[in-house]
Amino acid sequence: MGWLNAVIQGLLLGGLYALFATGLSLMFGVMRIVNLAHGDLAVVASFLALALVSGTGLPLWIVLVVTVPLFAVLGYLTQRVLLQRSLSSGPLATLLVTFGLSIVLQNVLLEVFSADTRTIDGGSFGTGSFELNGSISIGYLSLATFLLACAVLAAIQLFLSRTGLGRMLRASSDDRETANLVGADSRHVYGIATAIAFATVALAGLMFAMRSSFDPATGPSRLIFAFEAVVIGGLGSLWGTLLGGMVLGVTQSLGAQIDPALTLLAGHLVFLAVLAFRPQGLIAGRTA
Amino acid sequence: MTLLSISDLTVHHGQLRAVDGLSLDLEKGEVLAIIGANGAGKSTLLRALAGLNPPTSGSVHLGGRDITRLPAYKRVSEGIALVPEGRRLFHSLTVEENLLTGAYRKRPGPWTLTRVYELFPWMSDRRRQNASQLSGGEQQSVAIGRALLANPDLLLIDELSLGLAPVIVRRIYEVLPGIVGAGTTALIVEQDVSQAMRVADRVHCLLEGRSVLEGRPRDLTAEQVEHAYFGIGQALPAGSAREGHD
Amino acid sequence: MTISQMVTSRAAAALDVSRAARSSKLSAVVMLAAVAVLAALPFVAFSNVTDTLVNLFVLIALASMWNLLAGFGGLVSVGQQAYIGIGAYSVIAFADQGVQPYLAVPLAAVTCVIFAVPTSWLAFRLRGDYFAVGTWVIAEVYRLLVVRIDSVGGGSGKGLAGMSDLDQTLRGALTYWVALALALATIAACYLLLRGRLGLSLMAVRDEETAASSVGIDVRRAKRVVYLVSAAGCGAAGGVITVSSLSVNPDAIFSVQWSAYMIFIVVIGGIGYIEGPLLGAVIFFGLQQLLADYGSWYLVLLGAIGMAAALWLPRGLWGLMRDRTGLSLFPVGYFVRGRDA
Ligand SMILES: Nc1ncnc2c1ncn2[C@@H]1O[C@H](COP(=O)(O)OP(=O)(O)O)[C@@H](O)[C@H]1O
Ligand SMILES: [Mg+2]
Repeated sequence: MGWLNAVIQGLLLGGLYALFATGLSLMFGVMRIVNLAHGDLAVVASFLALALVSGTGLPLWIVLVVTVPLFAVLGYLTQRVLLQRSLSSGPLATLLVTFGLSIVLQNVLLEVFSADTRTIDGGSFGTGSFELNGSISIGYLSLATFLLACAVLAAIQLFLSRTGLGRMLRASSDDRETANLVGADSRHVYGIATAIAFATVALAGLMFAMRSSFDPATGPSRLIFAFEAVVIGGLGSLWGTLLGGMVLGVTQSLGAQIDPALTLLAGHLVFLAVLAFRPQGLIAGRTA
Repeated sequence: MTLLSISDLTVHHGQLRAVDGLSLDLEKGEVLAIIGANGAGKSTLLRALAGLNPPTSGSVHLGGRDITRLPAYKRVSEGIALVPEGRRLFHSLTVEENLLTGAYRKRPGPWTLTRVYELFPWMSDRRRQNASQLSGGEQQSVAIGRALLANPDLLLIDELSLGLAPVIVRRIYEVLPGIVGAGTTALIVEQDVSQAMRVADRVHCLLEGRSVLEGRPRDLTAEQVEHAYFGIGQALPAGSAREGHD
Repeated sequence: MTISQMVTSRAAAALDVSRAARSSKLSAVVMLAAVAVLAALPFVAFSNVTDTLVNLFVLIALASMWNLLAGFGGLVSVGQQAYIGIGAYSVIAFADQGVQPYLAVPLAAVTCVIFAVPTSWLAFRLRGDYFAVGTWVIAEVYRLLVVRIDSVGGGSGKGLAGMSDLDQTLRGALTYWVALALALATIAACYLLLRGRLGLSLMAVRDEETAASSVGIDVRRAKRVVYLVSAAGCGAAGGVITVSSLSVNPDAIFSVQWSAYMIFIVVIGGIGYIEGPLLGAVIFFGLQQLLADYGSWYLVLLGAIGMAAALWLPRGLWGLMRDRTGLSLFPVGYFVRGRDA
């Protein structure tokens, strides 16, 4: 029965991975940017929340309501000021800029918050759980995280398929020039995509912070999770990303069941296997 | 009343002068056809009008307003829509979503989704299909519908009949009077000269980026058109030959 | 211009350059003299000077390899630390088997090539930007596998055997010479590779991959050669790091920080020029010495400089200097920027 429990915990974690990976997938789908600072942004959100909680004593949900929109605005600005400029100098430049951003963020965090490992205390909600038939216990926090992640993914999916701007995001990802031709200002469209990516990253970062500990150097390994979820699921498909996140979560969870040291390795190996035998991902993607 | 006025327009692709000092005027409600051999610069002209290729010199006025330097996405609001060469539908969007992208700028006018479906009745049945599943002629119709939903004053169509069966071409051209009747002016690029002569009020023949012949179809002889098209007896002024582009 | 015309014109340009190289004979003489002085340094300078220079040489070697990979092969990897780590652990393992550690350094390069063959098969399935993160994951896998091997110390690393019977001064000098040889070898390898047929096909590939493959340039083979050479160079560098520090720690040797260093050295120095990594490494090394007291602020500065260089100085300092002066130490044809760059 330990195995079934591991699968369920993995699925719940996978929802969070998917939420976290969505921004990476969206930015790549729409702008062909691989944001190497993706993981560090989540860690920045974690630290920001930590500072707000301990500095102001505000309840967590208010912190969340403040942080997520703030990150959306930051995302829009980052794209307009930094990334847009790099887009015109070719793919290498975007990679270098986001990599540089990653180094800057990590080391600023290190200077400001030191290298200590932190967690955000989610109170009784963070540690509480309910029992499902004796051997399976589901944490309130991981269930809430999972549900919230699914809700956000569904909302993004609705935005992309039902609104004019959302359609234009997908259209730009297919063919930027023709999107311009029907009236899309690609800078604005890209800004929106980045804003959504940053907002989801912030949300995911807060949830990670309540579930597990973090320090300024946690970002890169988080980025790898997101990347693996995206590639396993299939580039440019939101549902693929959800599936990819869950596959990754379950794999890690099962790996940990065998030997805790295998957690990461199991995930990486599944990723490499997908790469080797099904490089288009489990769900061959349409678009972001 | 003049809708579009192009004067002395030059557009480069790198070193190559693809459009070379071209001037032309277009009256409101007119159908103008641009003809010319492959590489004559027709697509470049249309792309420059839509704002995709920035001109090197010259000017473009639409309804008296200078739009020479306006980016493509702003020209949509000014009333220009292009059906690009090769249709360029968004392949991961459905037929209806493709059409709706045309309405992104919400320019007021007669064209709505319903009216486009009236124009192309097959479309509403297949509106949930993926655009990449359509045949060439169907894709061309969707591309035209998408452009119409922008409610343009000036509709630019590049290579309307390229790669389509003649019967499909005829069917698409049948809707042209309806489009113009609704108040849209059309500038079409057509390789099929006789087709162009049939549908257009006026034709311009391009040769190496320059207009070498223009007039009403009924005023032009087949020989004149043929000579202009292939540049026979059309001694180009020495020294103005375009730079090699291969 | 058709691709075959382009290739022939490139070949012509290469001829041109080799003629122009006659005028750079002077710079060859200067470089030779510099190498001679550097080689003689252990006899005249204090060991702390030569020990520091070992770091510089390692940086030059690593950056040259990354430049070969990304600047000429178009393979933007963030996972070369895989080979630094494998090289370092090879030296440890060979030394445990009784091989003289200095002799184990070239063997480490060979080991890395052996690992790089199957790895490239996997990594080359990812195109463009995703190649970067994919190679990174592969490096992580190697780290996670290595820490599971108890005979090389597991997660806590291991010391290097077979060095205690060497006199400390001699050891310092030997390490210095091996590091210098490594730096020179990587530069020479880049130069020779790029001057030959491979260089020509790489330049065609970089400009237009599909066109190049359609005229029979074997794109994959050219890229694979570059990848293997780069793995060998990074492996040897990992070996030198080990003989210099006398131990290895898995988290440090497989750290993505190495990629950060390589990338920033190359970007600041000038990507796509053999001279770029040299210049970049010297600047980076200078910054490192200068800002050593400021802790991680120096990495913040480094990141910011790298970002600025990527945005405003896409051809790096060497590109800037070359535009101003036309100077070229290693003429291998010219650098043509990407079509939309
Ligand atoms: N993107 C481009 N880059 C370089 N040259 C181009 C490009 N597009 C077109 N050309 C050149 O410009 C000239 C005009 O092309 P185009 O406008 O497409 O002609 P047409 O549509 O009349 O066939 C041709 O010589 C063509 O080779
Ligand atoms: Mg054309």
